[in-house]
Amino acid sequence: MSRRPRIGVMYSRLRVEEKWIFAALERRGIDYERLDDRNLFFDLEDPGPWRRFDAVLARNISYTRGLYALRVLNAWGIPTVNTARVAEVCGDKLATSAVLAAAGIPQPHTRMAFTPEAALQAMEEMGYPVVLKPVVGSWGRLLAKINDRDAAEAVLEHRATLGSVQHQVFYIQEYIDKPGRDIRVLVIGEEPIAAIYRHSEHWITNTARGGRGEVCPLTDELVDLVQRVVRAIGPGVLAIDILEHPQRGYLVNEVNHTMEFHTAQPVTGVDIAGAIVDYVLKVARGETVPQPIAF
Amino acid sequence: MVEVICPECEAQFELEPGTEVHEIVVCPECGVELEVISLDPPQLDLAPMEEEDWGE
Repeated sequence: MSRRPRIGVMYSRLRVEEKWIFAALERRGIDYERLDDRNLFFDLEDPGPWRRFDAVLARNISYTRGLYALRVLNAWGIPTVNTARVAEVCGDKLATSAVLAAAGIPQPHTRMAFTPEAALQAMEEMGYPVVLKPVVGSWGRLLAKINDRDAAEAVLEHRATLGSVQHQVFYIQEYIDKPGRDIRVLVIGEEPIAAIYRHSEHWITNTARGGRGEVCPLTDELVDLVQRVVRAIGPGVLAIDILEHPQRGYLVNEVNHTMEFHTAQPVTGVDIAGAIVDYVLKVARGETVPQPIAF
Repeated sequence: MVEVICPECEAQFELEPGTEVHEIVVCPECGVELEVISLDPPQLDLAPMEEEDWGE
């Protein structure tokens, strides 16, 4: 490509991460457009207006908007970061667990059921405490740690009565008694570039819920695990959240595809926004092609 | 220095230097989340409410 690449950046809300990404684009003198997803539409018969972009970076805060936009862009052959396939796998916890399980990657024991009765049976067999999670959701929202049968019956009835159809998919995990922290590894392309511990007194360690960050060394064991996850899910811009089980060691808890790094960037001193931009430029120039993996 | 008025409680406050359009700010008086709609002229609106599929 002789001309300079043109980049589109989709977003829903201008968070500090988006400001850092825009600043990184501007420091490199990159021709880019800010694409507020509230103003976008896609004519499926006319990809022309979107062909002005050599790559599109999706930073949508809404999983649904990001996923549907990526599906259209990828169907047109427009390179995106991340790909629709990566978004599909990461945005749905059950899809993530299924891909990790197929790849033999250690993760918390997980069960799925469609009715409160079946979910209760799955929980009873698993043994309390268990964690009930929505299959789509983030920031620790609507996670429930269930300590006994009474709590299970109450939470399941609430989900069944008040929840949307998606909340009728009961995603149940064993509760991991982790050491007051988890690990977040940030991946660009196929390689981890930084990691932090996220400390919290609360069992939910998400920094969106007040968790505190600290540099975590990227050991060979951690790097090996992360590379296995990337081979299973596909390369891109990813945040892999890992739990430390007292006996079983590292367990992959979730993989995020529009990662926040407002804690990781200042804590590690790694220019994550700059690394994201450099990766998007590689994708735009065709130097790296995130291949969709069969699902 | 950009002076703005909260559309919820009418408090007057200044935006931080470097604030950009579409950024979310919090009203120092009533605590509501506000979106910067424009900087020239300065204009705020109530920020969209968090939705179920929001996150990372």
